[in-house]
Amino acid sequence: MEDANKLKEFEARIERGEKIEPKDWMPERYRTQLIRMISQHAHSEIVGMLPEGNWITRAPSLRRKMSLLAKVQDEAGHGLYLYCAAETLGVDRSELVGEFLSGKAKYSNIFNYPTLTWADIGAIGWLVDGAAIVNQTMLAKCSYGPYSRANLRICKEETFHKVQGYEIVCTMAQGRPAQRKMIQDAVNRWWWPSLMMFGPHDKNSPNSAELMKWKVKLFSNDDLRQRFVNLTVRQARAAGVTLPDPDLKYNPETDNWEFGEINWDEFWSVVRGNGPCNRDRMRARRRAHVEGAWVREAADAYAAKQRAKAAKSA
Amino acid sequence: MPECPNPKDTQWPIWEVFVQEKSGEPHQHAGSIHAPDSEMALQNARDIFARRGEAVSMWVVQSKHITATIPEDNPSFFEPAADKIYRHPQFYSVPRAKRTDEERRNKE
Ligand SMILES: [Fe+2]
Ligand SMILES: [Fe+2]
Repeated sequence: MEDANKLKEFEARIERGEKIEPKDWMPERYRTQLIRMISQHAHSEIVGMLPEGNWITRAPSLRRKMSLLAKVQDEAGHGLYLYCAAETLGVDRSELVGEFLSGKAKYSNIFNYPTLTWADIGAIGWLVDGAAIVNQTMLAKCSYGPYSRANLRICKEETFHKVQGYEIVCTMAQGRPAQRKMIQDAVNRWWWPSLMMFGPHDKNSPNSAELMKWKVKLFSNDDLRQRFVNLTVRQARAAGVTLPDPDLKYNPETDNWEFGEINWDEFWSVVRGNGPCNRDRMRARRRAHVEGAWVREAADAYAAKQRAKAAKSA
Repeated sequence: MPECPNPKDTQWPIWEVFVQEKSGEPHQHAGSIHAPDSEMALQNARDIFARRGEAVSMWVVQSKHITATIPEDNPSFFEPAADKIYRHPQFYSVPRAKRTDEERRNKE
């Protein structure tokens, strides 16, 4: 009975547009859904460093290399903002990292595709970060305070990610025929997976309705996807590349660019672990964890030594 | 595939980070980070929250040292302030002090 009243008050607060803070009463379901969502988001930022990290040492100029390095470092920071936001809900970061390393936790499908050429770095910044911005701009307004604030910080950094990628796309699209071919090929490969980033159709997305009721999400997967398509069609035109969809056409009545059907079989197959790079990513993550152990040990040893020194001089 | 490593060694104490973005402004809570001691907490905080020169000063404090209000206690805890309207200037009735005609003309 008490919980029913609390739930009513909780939902009234959300209805009024108030933010929920860590110590406030919340339904258990809100808590678990947020932990799942925020940790998946965090894991995605961390895995997201792998496909791009692949090209840091082979960037075509120092300028491009500095940008890519800074971008990848930002993604590490995004992962850390998000793990801390999840921790406010009563989980330890090590639990989340453990679920990630064991393969139990999910992360965004998009990072299970390979980066075959330098042009992929352009396509990722433009399309993948572009799609992420659409999603994260919404999440910056979500009902859970710490998650909203983390996304606000993330959004401030994402614009640079997108623009550095878009500049690569535009430059290559005005280059020699081989460069133009290379960038068009990358756009062709990244376009559909980018659309899949918004998740299944609303009717096939079991969590969507509940998340929207509690204003964790403010727009549906399909609405966000449409927003992304509308933005991107114009940018493709300005860049001088085409999007690989013969069904793409403008609807003057809705002011939307309608697009063809997404290959959902491919989407679910990648979710189940059969994407081109799922195993590679997991292997790289585990190796990084093991090979980074000495850094954590050294930090611990240093802290212990400093403490001992302070105790002696006290 | 390498075996799944033990994630336990990633759980250092949590620190809350407060950043002053410009001199003269207050320090504001930016977020939290993990670190084994306060010196490394500051370094991590700089790397996470000030990669673009948006800080002139930073504080870190271990989260467990922060004492916070409990939302359920809010009514009784903050209530005493609600009925003290005499702490606001609107509570008082006083005449308006206007300029004289001469003062106004002089200004024009
Ligand atoms: Fe990111
Ligand atoms: Fe990004």
